[in-house]
Parts: sequence; structure tokens; C-alpha cells
Amino acid sequence: MTGILLLEQSLNSLQFGLMLFLLAAGLTLVFGIMDMINLAHGSLYMIGAYLMASLAQATGSFWVALPLALVATAIVGALLEISLLRRLYERDHLTQVLATFAVILIANEVVRLIWGNQSLMLNAPAGLTGPVTLPGGMQYASYRLAIIVVGAAVALCLYLLVTKTKMGMLVRAGASNREMAVAMGVNIRRLFTVVFALGAALCALAGAMLGPILAVQVGMGENILILAFVVIVIGGIGSIRGAFVGALLVGLVDTMGRALLPIAFAKMFPPQVASNLGPSLSSILIYVLMAAVLFFRPQGLFPARG
Amino acid sequence: MRLFWAAAAAALAFHVHAANELKIGYLSTLSGPAGAIGVEIRDGFNLALKMAGGKLGGLPTEVIFADDTLNPETGKQLAERLLKRDRVNLMTGVVFSNVMIAAWPTIQQSKVVYIAPNSTPTSITGAGCNQYFVSAAWPNEGHHEAAGHYAKSKGYKNVYLIAPNYPAGKDSTTGFKRGYGGTIAAEVYTKLNQLDYSAELAQLRAAKPAALYAFLPGGMGINFIKQFVAAGLSSEIPLLVPGFADDQDILRAVGEPMLGIFDTSHWAYDLDNDANRKFVAAFEKEYNRIPSLFAEQGYTTALLIDTAVRSAKGKIEDVPAFHKALMAAPARFKSPRGDWKFAHNGTPVQDYYVRVVAKDNQGRIVNKKIGTVVSGLSDFWAKDCTALK
Repeated sequence: MTGILLLEQSLNSLQFGLMLFLLAAGLTLVFGIMDMINLAHGSLYMIGAYLMASLAQATGSFWVALPLALVATAIVGALLEISLLRRLYERDHLTQVLATFAVILIANEVVRLIWGNQSLMLNAPAGLTGPVTLPGGMQYASYRLAIIVVGAAVALCLYLLVTKTKMGMLVRAGASNREMAVAMGVNIRRLFTVVFALGAALCALAGAMLGPILAVQVGMGENILILAFVVIVIGGIGSIRGAFVGALLVGLVDTMGRALLPIAFAKMFPPQVASNLGPSLSSILIYVLMAAVLFFRPQGLFPARG
Repeated sequence: MRLFWAAAAAALAFHVHAANELKIGYLSTLSGPAGAIGVEIRDGFNLALKMAGGKLGGLPTEVIFADDTLNPETGKQLAERLLKRDRVNLMTGVVFSNVMIAAWPTIQQSKVVYIAPNSTPTSITGAGCNQYFVSAAWPNEGHHEAAGHYAKSKGYKNVYLIAPNYPAGKDSTTGFKRGYGGTIAAEVYTKLNQLDYSAELAQLRAAKPAALYAFLPGGMGINFIKQFVAAGLSSEIPLLVPGFADDQDILRAVGEPMLGIFDTSHWAYDLDNDANRKFVAAFEKEYNRIPSLFAEQGYTTALLIDTAVRSAKGKIEDVPAFHKALMAAPARFKSPRGDWKFAHNGTPVQDYYVRVVAKDNQGRIVNKKIGTVVSGLSDFWAKDCTALK
């Protein structure tokens, strides 16, 4: 019984961690290469989820809508970069935070204008609405399993992209020493736009995949954005590998904390007290993890800059 | 000139004395993510008003709607506007308890009677009860207590409870436990507005309870039920919910995955009585959708006002007499929910039914009545109401 519980919670934490990775990957590249704090990253996640919900309704198919939503969000991201963010690279971090915070507010209101206040329903694709039986006889939601597969596949592709391709080389060069990369003749402007659009597409993928589990609503990006920042701080800013490990760690700590702490407390306290303590302490755990990592490795687990 | 003043004085006197018009202040949550419930109640209310030819209690009726947007502060201000500027004779409409608590002092200070179309916190119906309040909905813990009775009657050897960590969530488990009286496998309180229940579902699977009672209102319920079904738990553990958590408004949004869920409710769309058949047919014709229990509450609220105003002969300002007329009204009209009466604190004493989510003969997903759980269940907290007798 406990074995099955642990296995199911591990799968849950893997699923959550991989989705966090999709968000953190874009964020860490933008932060690492462009030295730009982009709070509006969560808004791209929201826009991606809304586009996905609308396109899924219009086309009637989850799998047809998914690539369309990714491309559409990438275009939105590229436009945002060209029109606004490009002007912020040379400014200090405070200006960037203020400007991108304004983008969050604008994006929320625009989404509200277009889609209204009601949250949208996005259903899991047909065939993935029920459970599957895993080896060992355990049942698990097939859609969550699909998220794990997609997340792992994207992580692998990103790894190959960054380590094996010319573009990846430029990205790594930009992340470890931007000035030197520019001096070596890298077209940094185009690279930035491409990286930003890629980050936006990853956001849209996370929003689209999480849509059927969570809810497509205004403000959905803000909560998860905080976690994504924790992930990149833990992993080391600018490092894809760091974002991957950090995301899995945060997913693990969050899920296990939520699952196991209440059980532990239930043995010690009455249910009312235990149910108050459990969730509060488990949400603190993530920040304890971050503080511990920063204490021992101030640059994060896998620093991109040498 | 003298004639003019005489006429003016007469007109003024006429205006003060004859309550020949009913002005109802309708404060509700009609927009935003939580607006769906308010719209259901309003549509039911408007339907009854329309069927009565726009006259409740035989008086020409004007209903002034105000939308609190689920903001207690706004609700209080709107209540003041309705009472002081529009000078309404009656108040109704509030959906959410936090708005009700904020608006309630203003309403009772204005000496205007309030008729609740949705459940009301026990601070108003229990120790704080008075003659300015009656409810046409259900006592706060009614559905939960009935669900407990149902679990007991099914002989489940233990029940697992899930509710959000806020006052109404704790009321739900209190009410359920009072009706059930058996072993509680576990009591889990989730964060309010939590969306992902993977951790809770894994715990639930490991605990293997005989049944699950979940009170997760609105969007939380939609997510929980979808994930519960996707995890394959619906084939292992019977799910029981309060009737307002899986009614037509939610069924429309979630659909198929909800088939087979049990709930308890004071009303069912296929309840076998003439008043109900008339209500359901008229509602479907008017709005082209199946009514929910919220619509029935709005409809019954309007019928209650209609009956009480008629038997008080329009003298609404005489509060003790009008309160008496209200208390006697349920016996004088037929509500779609069947026969009911008031407890002394102004909350309904009524039957509760168990329903299952199934398809009707047209293939629509509905809540079908499968039996009566408990007859004449009254508000447990009426015992604290000493101001009325």
C-alpha cells in the first residue's frame, strides 16, 4: 500500500516538475542570455493556454490545436520582444521588472476583454480521459502519463538543441559571456528574438498541457511564475540542465510535502490542526530548499557563467 | 391655489398610505467567475414573476437588480442604495455568505424583511435570528447532514471527507458527521481554490475508504471530479457530494465524467408533483436549458413572497404581521420541492432526496432522483435562536 502511494506520488511530482521545467527553460534562457528579468513570462503561459482552449474548440481536436497554439504564442512572444522588451535590455533590472509587470496587467485585461471573466474549459483529448493500468497493477491517469512523456521528450530535444546544434552553441556562448559573443560577431538581436519565441512556445506547451488538469483563467500565470523563478535560482541562471534538475527537485518537494506531511501530522495532531499545518509547511519547504541551495552554492547548482 | 395645495396634500397622503406597489431590492452576484449561481437563482425568480403576470401578491411589482460582484464591500454599499435611495419594501437575492454578512446589518437596521434564496450563515439564522429574516432555500448544513444520513443508510463502514480549508468547508464536514455518525476514514482540508488534486487523490487511493464525501464548490469541484475520474478512482470508490455541487450548471461544464455521482438535494428536476412539472416545463421553454436547484430556490422565493404579500393584504411595513404571514405561507402554495414548512428561526424544514447523475431518455445528463433520504429535516442550529419562539 505504501509502495503504491510512493510510486503514484513520484509520478505526480515528475509530471509537475516537467511542466515547471517547460516554463523555467524559457525563463532561464531569457534571464541568462539577455540578462533580462521577464515577469511577463507567466502571461505568455496564460495566453498560450487561452489560445489552446479556443483553438481546440474551433478545430474540435486537441492534437490539431496544440501545434497551432504553440506557433501562435511564439509569434506573440516574438512581437513582444521586438516591440518592447528589446528596448529594455540595456536598462537596469528595476526598469525591466516595472515594464514587464505592466505587461502582466495589460495581458490580464486584454484576455479578460477577449475571453471574458469565466474560466475556459479545456478537456483532455479523447482516449486520454480515463486511467491506465501500469505494470504492477497500479492505476494512473493516462493524461498525466502523457504529460510526463511529452515533457521528457521536450527536455531531451532541448538538451540536443543546446548541446549539439550551432544555435545551441550561440545560446551557450551568449549565456556564459554575452560581450564576448557579440565581439565574435554573433547576430545577437536575431538570436534574442528566436530564443524569446522559443521560450514563449514552451510556455504555451505547458499552458496547453496543464489546461485540462488546472483551469484556463485570468491570472493563472502569476502563481506558477514564482515557482519558475525559484527553479531557475536553484538550478543556476542561464543553465538548461540546472532548470531541469531544479524543476524536478521543486516538483518532488512540493508534491511529497503535500502528500506526506499531512499524513505525518495526522498521527500527531487532530485533523483540523494537521490540515492547517500540512499545506502551509509544505509550501514553505520549497523556499527552505532554495535558501539551502543558495547558502551552499550561491550561483545555483549548475551555474552557466564560469 | 388652495385647491392645488389640497390636491398636492391628498396626493402625498395617498403615496404614503397605500402600499399599492411592491418594490423588491434584489442584491446578487451576477457577473464574474462565480456569477453562474446568481444567474440561475435570478432566472428562477424572474420566471415565477412572469408567470404571475408581473404581479406578486396581486401588486404591481418592480424588481431592482444590483450586482455585488462577490465583493462584500460593494454588496453593503448596494444594499444601502437599494434601501435608502430606492426605498424598496423587501430585499432578496444574496448568493454568497460573505456578502450576506456584510449587507445584513444595513438591511435589518432599515427594518426591511429579507427573504433568502440561498443558504445563509448560522450567525444569522442561529443565535442572531430575528423577524427580518426568512429563507426559501435550505439551512446551511442541510445538504451535508442529509448526505450523512444517506451514507449511514447505505451502511458504508467508513467515509473519507474532503473539503476546502475555510468556514463553509468545516460546516460541511460537521453537518455530514452529524448525519452519518460512523467512522471517518480521514478528514482532508485542501487549500481554498486549489486546482491540482493529484496528491490528495493518491492518498485517497491508498486509504481505500468505503465511500468519499467531497464538498468542493464551483471550479474546485469541476477540477476535482475530472481528476478523480481520470485517476480511475470513480470505479473503486462511490463519490457523494452535496446537491449544489453537481447540479445542472456544473453538469453542463463537465459532462460525461460525472455520470454515476450521488448527491443529496431538497429538490430534483424529476420530482413527481404538479408544481414541479409546471416549473420545469416553463423553465425549459423560457431559457432553453434544464433548471438547477438554484433556479428552484429563486422560483420558490418569488412564490413565497407572492403568497405572503397576498395574505398580509399588502401591508408589508407592519413587520410582525408580515413575518407571521411569511411563516404561514409555505402551507398556502405549492412549491416544486413538495411540502415544506418553516422552523421557528425562519429556515425550511423539508425533505431531502438522493439523486444520481445519469442520462435522461433524451440523452441529456441530469440528476435523477432515486429516493428520499430524510423527511422533515430541520436546522440543527435553530436551537440557538431564542429571540423568536
